[in-house]
Amino acid sequence: MPRSLFRRGPGAALATLATLLAPGAALANDWQLNMPVGITDISADVYRLHMTILWICVIIGVIVFSAMIYSIFRHRKSLGVEPAKFSHSTKVEIVWTVIPVFILIGMAIPATETLVRMEDTSGSDLTIKVTGYQWLWEYEYLDEDVRFFSRLHPDSDRARQLGSGIDPFSVENYLLEVDNRMVVPVDAKVRLLLTAGDVIHAWWVPDFAVKKDAIPGFINEVWFQANETGVFRGQCAELCGRDHGFMPIVVEVKSQEDYQAWLAMQRGELGDRPVASTHR
Amino acid sequence: MAHAPGKYYVPHGSWWPIVGSIGLFVLMLGAANALNGSGFGWPAFVGLGIVLFMFFGWFRDVIRESVAGYYSAQVDRSFRQGMIWFIFSEVMFFAAFFGALFYARTLAVPWLGGEGVGFFTNLLLWDGFEAGWPTDGPANVGGEFTPIGPLGLPAINTAILLTSGVTLTIAHHALRDGKRATLLGFLGATWLLGFIFLGLQAYEYVELYRDYNLRLDTGIYGSTFFMLTGFHGFHVALGALMLVVVWLRCVKGHFTPKQHFAFEATAWYWHFVDVVWLGLYLFVYWF
Amino acid sequence: MSTTATHAPAHDDHHNAPTGIVRWLTTTNHKDIGTMYLLFALLMFFVGGAMALIIRLELFQPGLQYVQPEFFNQMTTMHALIMIFGAVMPAFVGLANWMIPLQIGAPDMALPRMNNFSFWILPFAFTLLLSTLFMPGGAPASGWTLYPPLVQQTGDALPFVILAIHLMGISSIMGAINVVVTIMNMRAPGMTLLKMPLFTWTWLITAYLLIAVMPVLAGAVTMLLTDQFFGTTFFHAAGGGDPVMYQHIFWFFGHPEVYIMILPAFGIISEIIPTFARKPLFGYDAMVYATASIAFLSFIVWAHHMFTVGMPLAGQLFFMFATMLIAVPTGVKVFNWTATMWRGAMSFETPMLFAIAFLFLFTIGGFSGLMLSIVPADYQYHDSYFVVAHFHYVLVPGAVFAIMAGVYYWLPKWTGHMYDETLGKIHFWLSVIGVNVTFFPQHFLGLAGMPRRIPDYATQFANFNMMSSIGAFIFGLSQLMFVYIIFKAIRGGAKATAEVWDSPKGLEWTVPSPAPHHTFDEAPQVK
Ligand code: HEA
Ligand code: HEA
Ligand code: CUA
Ligand SMILES: [Cu+2]
Repeated sequence: MPRSLFRRGPGAALATLATLLAPGAALANDWQLNMPVGITDISADVYRLHMTILWICVIIGVIVFSAMIYSIFRHRKSLGVEPAKFSHSTKVEIVWTVIPVFILIGMAIPATETLVRMEDTSGSDLTIKVTGYQWLWEYEYLDEDVRFFSRLHPDSDRARQLGSGIDPFSVENYLLEVDNRMVVPVDAKVRLLLTAGDVIHAWWVPDFAVKKDAIPGFINEVWFQANETGVFRGQCAELCGRDHGFMPIVVEVKSQEDYQAWLAMQRGELGDRPVASTHR
Repeated sequence: MAHAPGKYYVPHGSWWPIVGSIGLFVLMLGAANALNGSGFGWPAFVGLGIVLFMFFGWFRDVIRESVAGYYSAQVDRSFRQGMIWFIFSEVMFFAAFFGALFYARTLAVPWLGGEGVGFFTNLLLWDGFEAGWPTDGPANVGGEFTPIGPLGLPAINTAILLTSGVTLTIAHHALRDGKRATLLGFLGATWLLGFIFLGLQAYEYVELYRDYNLRLDTGIYGSTFFMLTGFHGFHVALGALMLVVVWLRCVKGHFTPKQHFAFEATAWYWHFVDVVWLGLYLFVYWF
Repeated sequence: MSTTATHAPAHDDHHNAPTGIVRWLTTTNHKDIGTMYLLFALLMFFVGGAMALIIRLELFQPGLQYVQPEFFNQMTTMHALIMIFGAVMPAFVGLANWMIPLQIGAPDMALPRMNNFSFWILPFAFTLLLSTLFMPGGAPASGWTLYPPLVQQTGDALPFVILAIHLMGISSIMGAINVVVTIMNMRAPGMTLLKMPLFTWTWLITAYLLIAVMPVLAGAVTMLLTDQFFGTTFFHAAGGGDPVMYQHIFWFFGHPEVYIMILPAFGIISEIIPTFARKPLFGYDAMVYATASIAFLSFIVWAHHMFTVGMPLAGQLFFMFATMLIAVPTGVKVFNWTATMWRGAMSFETPMLFAIAFLFLFTIGGFSGLMLSIVPADYQYHDSYFVVAHFHYVLVPGAVFAIMAGVYYWLPKWTGHMYDETLGKIHFWLSVIGVNVTFFPQHFLGLAGMPRRIPDYATQFANFNMMSSIGAFIFGLSQLMFVYIIFKAIRGGAKATAEVWDSPKGLEWTVPSPAPHHTFDEAPQVK
């Protein structure tokens, strides 16, 4: 086993490096450090909130750590200093209790605002019921008579088997592609009704800043409104058994017309149990 | 064993802890196997036997040390505080089940019935289910059942337990005043009441199962009802056994009006069981 | 706090004390029991660590190379259960056993036989737990949180896990009762509550937390058991129950549990920093009150682990605000430690190095915790590697580093020998580097969208995962040094004085090193 680690490890590293250096490599997010800004108003708000809190923490961290580091370098026995004797000061204690309270209030206000907006599911343009199963998703367009299952794309599925011998880097969108994508129109408020058939799953698409548990026997509501067309990927985010890592979510945001055309196709030709075929 | 008076008594090495650990291990091993339906469940009884043996042996040692006068007032305080915190941990164990009861009643069931965030839950998954209590849930798990009201047996049982609390207190006063006959009489009455309670509770269970179709698997109502009353009954049984042991020790004259920690600990335990019952009576039977 | 302790060497009972295995099986001595706890914790740290290394090995690169997904999930679950209940908690109990009687001037723990019982239950409990690895269906694979309905797909292992948890709970509750009673009832004359060393203080509060929440865990897993085997429907909607109800009950235990793993660490750090800064702890009273506030708040924040379950808005807001508040008392602690170092005369022996690393890295873990408490942002972080990064920062360079700091700090008192300072420093530097290389990149992975509890991942996560795995092996292998250093100090080394360090404060430094088998047979007078 260790042999193959050393054989394949550096090989894979080299492959990564090669793609990085290759001109116009599409893998620019290989070193992605941060949360995506996403393509909804809410996701942008969440990103801003995240950055605000992060920076506040960084600033506090810099102050506290500077004090510690200064102290570590200047107040050391090897410099021959005499230790001071003080052991408390009610004044500073009050100061450093009260200031954080205000900082926290400052954080809580925008957080509450954003949360209130996220929880408002009213006035949606279309409603899709999403059901998680071990290990696939079912999408049911409630007013449209469209319903299909969506599971890990066969290419990924082959490559991900133990000892498949297929290099994951050779599979496009490895583990992040499905056979049937969920399709929604751009600029529309889409309401999802989430539930599950067996165990708890969670529907997560980072670009929408949406993550909600799909719980058997209960329905959770969540919504998003995409501002751009495109293909957006996510994964199941609640441990749901063996293939929890292998039930991706792919959402294709289309223009109104394309969406309508897609709907018509789903309803029309494919009979009463339509199978979407949006994959490429 | 030379132990200077006034020093905190630290016992010598003892085999009981390791015996007890082995007993618990065998008990759990057997119980887990039995739950899995394997034929290897019998060790549970062996383990239980070892644990009981451990309790007898351990307490025998403690009683001997106590009678030999090794225990200072400070040791006595350790026992008392230990018992109090043990009872507190038991309170928290019941709190988990009461929590489940309140959560199911005030949140989960109403949501299933379409209240608040449960609108779509009800509409799409459990159409037609109307929340209420008692309930066996939207899928009618376990079938139609009749709940049991607070009057009748439960009321009698409440009276019995409350009375037993009074008799126990009378016995305690008698012990402190050195009135032996009163002590034995009222302490005897206390555990007798405890066993009558258990008998009635068992009768109630039989009736519920047979005539009311209320069972452990009758949805959330049956679950909370039987788990709460069942664990309570189990604690009554333990408490009653403890009372019997203490009673026997009173018969043997182990306790003095000044020193009778075992009596008091058992009494605290009994009152705790009593209070839990009041909670049960209010929230399981009445409301 | 000075003392007039007399330490009679071994007293009369010693002549017929058993030796060999019988001594350890039957002992009632807090030092023996403390030693057993510590060695057991060390063993479990390696078992749990080996599982972590299997996890990191599989995650070294995308694709499945070594284990099946089901086994991977079993490793995740067992790793966490073993680290939490087998390594960190017993290590703290071991330290409590050794140090609390020494710190408060007591002859032993208050209930010595029960103390032994608390310990000996543990090896059996973990035998039960580990045996599930060899059962049909394997070990539990539902994460250490054991959420239903998934946990109900466990094979034969389910009752074993649950009953093993019951045993661990019994052990913890008895251990905690012992700590509370010892501290409340066994203090030497003059040792008032507000003179107690902070390690003792934090443990007192931890023990209250344990007594309050371990029974709740017992209740939660009991409901799992009856749902599985006796047809109750606590966690099934069909019968009027709710899977989320389990999460509420579990986290009512689970959140205080994480503070159970950090409060004693705070105590250790509060002992070490003043010693090596040669300056009294800044704001002693504030430290005590802050600890108590953290403990209190820990009971009303549990649902921050379940923001995505679809709680009503008011509930989410309440739990967000309550959680954020914890930053205040924790901040007080961090600032007090900094102020203790400020204008001290510091030296940097291994315990101090670990304590300083704790200060920096725990604070980083605390910051990410604060970020997690912001509900809208937690929708993005939840169940991603950002959470994994958060809790390993507070647990590994937090709790585990504090334990290591404490071991280095008190090892000379236990063994009578100084440990090898050079090796200690090497161990320290390898550990800090390893830990950061392992867990810092996991922040990036989480933010970029990698879910936790997955055996395989999309290719864009490859780089940071590889880094993280390399770090894990550096960190893991360097722990072999720790073992070597400990056993070297047990076997020999420079003789330690009673004080060991430069005039440290506390009764433990008034008894010889190694501390005699029985100490404070006569209670010392504390002024
Ligand atoms: C020792 C263990 C430990 C500790 C101490 C903490 C401390 C904290 N934790 Fe953590 N946590 C865990 C262990 C721990 N946690 C574990 C194991 C999990 C995951 C469980 C699982 O799902 O498996 C988890 C998960 C977890 C979540 C759930 C995430 C999710 O699943 O989505 C949240 C959310 O709020 C959270 C928050 C916090 C907060 C706010 C603190 C606070 O206590 C931190 C406070 C400290 C500071 C803030 C730093 C110092 C302060 C200052 C310098 C003052 C000034 C600062 C400001 C004003 C900002 N934690
Ligand atoms: C106190 C608790 C604690 C500690 C100390 C650790 C320590 C470590 N943890 Fe753990 N971890 C958790 C608590 C802890 N963890 C929890 C609660 C979870 C969540 C579980 C869940 O999702 O349910 C988790 C999950 C978790 C994951 C995520 C798994 C997943 O989501 O699928 C990962 C991945 O990297 C990880 C890694 C590590 C590593 C590398 C260490 C290192 O610090 C380990 C150090 C390594 C050693 C000490 C090894 C020493 C061994 C040797 C040198 C080999 C010698 C071999 C033999 C003797 C046989 N942990
Ligand atoms: Cu579905 Cu994880
Ligand atoms: Cu928490």
